Amino acid sequence: MTNQFSRRTLLQTSAAAGLLSTMGMPAWAAPKHGGRLRLGLAGANTSDTWDSRTHSDNYMINMGAGCVFETLTEVASDGSLRGELAESWEATPDAKVWTFNLRKGVKFHNGKSFGADDVIESMKMHVEEGAKSAAKPIVSSVDEMKKLSDTQVQFTLKSGSADFPYLVSDYHICIFPAGMIAEAISKGIGTGPYQVVSFEPGVRTLVKKFEDHYRADTVGYFAEVEAIAIADASARMNAMMTGQVDAVNRVDFKTVPLMKANPNVEIIEVTGNMHNVFPMLCKMEPFNNVHVRQALKHAVNRQEMVDKILLGHGAIGNDHPIGPANQYYAGNLPQIQYDPDKAKFHMNKAGLGNLKLDLHVSEGAFAGATDAGQLYSNSAAKCGITINVIQEPADGYWSNVWMKKPWCASYWSGRATEDWMFQTAYESGQPWNEAGWENERFQSLLKQGRSELDSAKRRDIYTEMQSLCSQEGGTIIPMYQNYLDAASTKLAHGPKVGNLWMLDNSRISKRWWFA
Amino acid sequence: MGILSIILKRLGLGVLTLFLVSIIIFMAVNMLPGDFAQALLGQAATPEAVAAIRADLGLDRPIASRYFDWLIGAARGDFGTSFAQANFSAYVGENSSSNYGSVATQLAPRFANTVFLASVTAVIAIPISLIIGILAALYRYSVFDRVANVSTLTSISSPEFFVAYILILVLAVLNPLLPSLSNIFDGMSFGERLEKTLLPALTLTLVVTAHMMRMTRAAIINLLASPYIEMARLKGLSPFRVIVVHALPNALAPIINVVALNLAYLITGVVVVEVVFVYPGIGQLFVDSVKIRDIPVVQACCMVFASAYILLNLLADIMAILSNPRLRMPK
Repeated sequence: MTNQFSRRTLLQTSAAAGLLSTMGMPAWAAPKHGGRLRLGLAGANTSDTWDSRTHSDNYMINMGAGCVFETLTEVASDGSLRGELAESWEATPDAKVWTFNLRKGVKFHNGKSFGADDVIESMKMHVEEGAKSAAKPIVSSVDEMKKLSDTQVQFTLKSGSADFPYLVSDYHICIFPAGMIAEAISKGIGTGPYQVVSFEPGVRTLVKKFEDHYRADTVGYFAEVEAIAIADASARMNAMMTGQVDAVNRVDFKTVPLMKANPNVEIIEVTGNMHNVFPMLCKMEPFNNVHVRQALKHAVNRQEMVDKILLGHGAIGNDHPIGPANQYYAGNLPQIQYDPDKAKFHMNKAGLGNLKLDLHVSEGAFAGATDAGQLYSNSAAKCGITINVIQEPADGYWSNVWMKKPWCASYWSGRATEDWMFQTAYESGQPWNEAGWENERFQSLLKQGRSELDSAKRRDIYTEMQSLCSQEGGTIIPMYQNYLDAASTKLAHGPKVGNLWMLDNSRISKRWWFA
Repeated sequence: MGILSIILKRLGLGVLTLFLVSIIIFMAVNMLPGDFAQALLGQAATPEAVAAIRADLGLDRPIASRYFDWLIGAARGDFGTSFAQANFSAYVGENSSSNYGSVATQLAPRFANTVFLASVTAVIAIPISLIIGILAALYRYSVFDRVANVSTLTSISSPEFFVAYILILVLAVLNPLLPSLSNIFDGMSFGERLEKTLLPALTLTLVVTAHMMRMTRAAIINLLASPYIEMARLKGLSPFRVIVVHALPNALAPIINVVALNLAYLITGVVVVEVVFVYPGIGQLFVDSVKIRDIPVVQACCMVFASAYILLNLLADIMAILSNPRLRMPK
């Protein structure tokens, strides 16, 4: 037990390290201030608002948590957790009571000082009556919030959660000024390094540097950030190629060679946790039969999908949702291969004869889902399984098809931690448990891992969970999709680019600068 | 008496048309799969959240009662609050004087942008088409006539986005003369605005020129066989004078009609061009709103589109009547 590295010490040291790294810039770079960063972003909507509870697409994540607001903690570009509005944090040994020490001298854009009340009120926004927050499951795991002092908040959880500091880095949980949240939402008032100049939902946003920011020297180097909503992929690529914007997200795979040929453009490609999935409702016939699920796992040609759907911009999946951006990613598990013989073997075991299945797909599930369905159908035919691909309209797909039809296409951006990902889409009783796969061992490991602070034990737990999920789970995960962005070579960034979300975890405005 | 009664009758029919259009659009949007709550929440749509949003916006009420509520509001000139911004407007507070989130405040700047683009296009396209049309009639069956015909027909036959991409390639990528992004916004100077609008305006010019130019040419040539033209020629007038002074005034009615139709098209039908150039016009707002089933905005956009067609057609007819003394005195 001597070499046991406690999760608690780890968390404390990483918090301290986070603090250190914000105090002085490392030697490899001397970021310069100034200039207007022009972003051409897909994912804007006329329904966009500054209410971070409703942020779901890249545009508002970039402008909300990425510019105007701040969260308690943030995931750094290298994947480690560091404080944003929190300076440090610590837990009781059962990971049930968490105390956050907040930064001092922080001001909101309207001059109000930041303190514990703001944190508590901002957290409560997610669980108030009728709230439509996507972070509701996170905040409702908190039993009690207590203000210890102006700069100290204590959260008592309903059950231990070692990942709690990670969870509060969620871009939905931005900190608003207490007592004026309504005004802050209507005008966009946060503590972030940029304050709102103009905001036209679905069209354009302009923010400028907030001079009173407490870390104005080390966060948010641009004088202004302009985000232009460009939904059309060709228009976005044109704008990048002709230098009318400095960075774009969601580069069209087909245009990568063209962009690479342009000396002024740098392609930013990272493999993160984003994955495309085909969940099967495990309570329905025939997916309640584990052999049917296993036959289908061997009937998909994963490499072919990566090559043809993602044009190589991705990696094959192994039917568990933990990706290379996760801490306890088990990359050494046996890879499930395309194997018609094994598929036939499991079909015989299932004893259902020649199987005919409907697979519901839509471009709304993920780009290329229809083609992926066709490839699946083709490869499965060689295994004696007939897959009938049904194309559904993208509109209303998530409400009318997903989790309603026994087998369909879907996608996940992934989460920063194993527990977060599993609890979102794999835990019994959660609203987005898309396959409804019930495995006692898996569910008990999930609870066990959550309150375990010992890193080595957690690795064992999460490895076993990934293995179970891969072998018996109800979700086919053929591929991880890379985040593919492009930026002007005039821009500079740290040694690593975050792989949790697009554009350096959607924090390009806070982290990058003009060289 | 004649012209006034025509105008009143046409306006009455116009209102009836608007009414029918509003019913059809309302039904059509409701028949599409998914509604605003589902579109807004996407993958995060839990049944409770969907129900909460529907209750907030009154989407749980029967369709007829929703339509009549809308109709009563619209009749008073109040197009309601856009669903997209309804969440937002609730936060602005009661003592705020601004009507944030109302359909009108969302629509007005977009409509102004669209009218700006349409005007720039019209200022370029109408004189060009008229001049080419007149010259083509003057030198009919010459090389000039054929080149003009073939080139305008080619540009009208190509899909708009294709014309747009060609222009981007030539004028923005290979020879960086004009910006390919036309993201105009408040506070831009007129010159900047014009520069940013030029590429989409040129694209649209190529799209609408053929129609207007060919109508000008055909209408004039049609008249050239008339006895009074022969008379003018026999008087020894130059061919140019014959066409411009004698033929053109009589050919104006059909030309005005085609111009009006194209202007209406420029206001209602430029969605593709707006998307390609990221021009924040009413077409993009319309598409965005259909995408999220924002019925109040969709309805208002359709009313604007339908009104543009009705009014421009009416205007064309009036001008045609005014330009023709024979029509001014109906028997």
